[in-house]
Amino acid sequence: MTDSVDDSTATSRRRFLRKGAVIGGAAIASGIVGNASAIDSSSKNLPPNVPEWMKVPGDPMGSQLYGTPSPFEKNVVKNIPKDLPQYLSASGRTPLQDLDGIITPNGLFYERHHAGVPAIDPAQHRLMLHGLVERPLIFTVDDIRRFPSTSQIHFLECSANPGYKKPYGKTASDLVGLLSCAEWTGVSMKLVLQEAGLRPEAKWVIAEGADAAALTRSIPIEKCFEDALIVYSQNGERLRPQQGYPLRLILPGFEGNMNVKWLRRLHVTAEPAYSREETSKYTDLMPDGTAREFSFYMEAKSIILRPSGGQRLDTKGFCEITGIAWSGRGKISRVDISVDNGKNWQEARLQEPILTRALTRFRLPWRWNGEPTVIQSRAIDETGYVQPTLAELIAVRGEAFYYHNNAIWPWRISADGEVSNAADD
Amino acid sequence: MLRMTKAAAIALAFISLASAASAAQQGPYGIGRTATATEIAGWNIDIRPDGHGLPSGSGSVTHGREVFEQQCAACHGDKGQGGVGDRLVGGQGTLATSNPVKTVGSYWPYAPILFDYIRRAMPQNAPESLSNEDVYAVSAYILNLNGLLPADAVLDAKTMAAFKMPNRNMFIGDSRPDVKNPACESNC
Repeated sequence: MTDSVDDSTATSRRRFLRKGAVIGGAAIASGIVGNASAIDSSSKNLPPNVPEWMKVPGDPMGSQLYGTPSPFEKNVVKNIPKDLPQYLSASGRTPLQDLDGIITPNGLFYERHHAGVPAIDPAQHRLMLHGLVERPLIFTVDDIRRFPSTSQIHFLECSANPGYKKPYGKTASDLVGLLSCAEWTGVSMKLVLQEAGLRPEAKWVIAEGADAAALTRSIPIEKCFEDALIVYSQNGERLRPQQGYPLRLILPGFEGNMNVKWLRRLHVTAEPAYSREETSKYTDLMPDGTAREFSFYMEAKSIILRPSGGQRLDTKGFCEITGIAWSGRGKISRVDISVDNGKNWQEARLQEPILTRALTRFRLPWRWNGEPTVIQSRAIDETGYVQPTLAELIAVRGEAFYYHNNAIWPWRISADGEVSNAADD
Repeated sequence: MLRMTKAAAIALAFISLASAASAAQQGPYGIGRTATATEIAGWNIDIRPDGHGLPSGSGSVTHGREVFEQQCAACHGDKGQGGVGDRLVGGQGTLATSNPVKTVGSYWPYAPILFDYIRRAMPQNAPESLSNEDVYAVSAYILNLNGLLPADAVLDAKTMAAFKMPNRNMFIGDSRPDVKNPACESNC
């Protein structure tokens, strides 16, 4: 059995290698083409010929015990900068422009770690709950799974996505790729806190991760009771190590850093910790030298993913504009699109489901007339808040602000169809 | 929907039962076990900004220089000027300029959090490996490099808790939404 599986995998690999040069999958799959669009029209697999993969049986059942994407999609991978000073405290981005819908595949979910990815044996992992509680408790991972559970779809976004200074980036992933969205399964934090019984002075919960940074963030008790989750699964399977296996927090709509991974400890307190991560980092320095602290929410934001930076329109005519919108403060209520450099705006169609604190997919049918232009989207959430322009943000916050940049990102389309980031012009 | 309501009602009943008995030994679901004082003491390394939780022991600027050279300089630079790791020194007076430099000396609001962070996360290749004395000492040296402590100073729980960082009072609340896009629709 094992042998036959191995054999067929080898066959499949040979078959794949025999095809020679492999072209980036995203470029081909996209209606908006990349430079690899010219498929050899003399291919024996095109009409009127019958393709070779219809003339022999394919790989048998069990060829892959855990499925992976087609080899032709090998270029759809995390976007990790090549020139980082170090890779232990670093981040890797989701290739947003290569994905569809609102759910990020687990293998492409963005990552941010502060001291690498710990290899945690779940049997030896514990969650301690102590401080201003009636009964300090210790839970195993199985204990947490015994609580009544729930599944919720929410986005997660790094607080600095991107900064306020040029260059912002060439692709949508370069710009806002520290953003992903998944269905999370876990337990309401409220139930776990109630299990220990909170004392009246309890106002904050300090969450700590079991990584080598022992990362700590303080969460207001109101959020713990509103919608915070202690999560064990992501998109139906157990969390990946990069996402906090075996337990993590999800605080819908709050900046990514607070959604503590590898969760090992909840310390109930009267005051926040003022930990390094919530004072020296993740505070917003204003032009006058003051700094905003405990700025938790990720505000309404959107970006067009197709067409977007690094892609090319190779022909005039129909081209659906599509992208994603999200808000930490609730549901997206409207997305406007301009195809004339911001002069006029029209409403895009929001695709169901439209969920609170989740990505919402928008679409707009469009015909490109072949002339240079700039396209951009702006999100409006259910609080009435309108996604601002970069200039509007910088006017208030200055360029050193760093975090919480939710600006509109304009894409320039040149006469030859090349798409680039107009903000970097 | 009906089932949900029923489940919620049962959960509520559980909770009110539990709170009725104020010294209940067990929570509404009876899940988890009691954490002992020893277990909590082993894991709780949180230090409050007022210094609560700082351990006994002390460390001098002089000893801190040795610790820094051995454990920190490779990433943070021999004088804390930064490298692979963050810049730790300087920047005072730059925060309100167009090129602010955020360091321990210019930006961090609380000295005890320096102890908390170094102990839990540094050095990056071996966190929680320094003795309390070493952590006090290297904290003292970093403050000294920033011109905030004299070269003959010694830090302990009391002096660290009492230490006032220069940027202490510059943190404010979150005033967002702070930007208003008028959402112009035509002929903008």
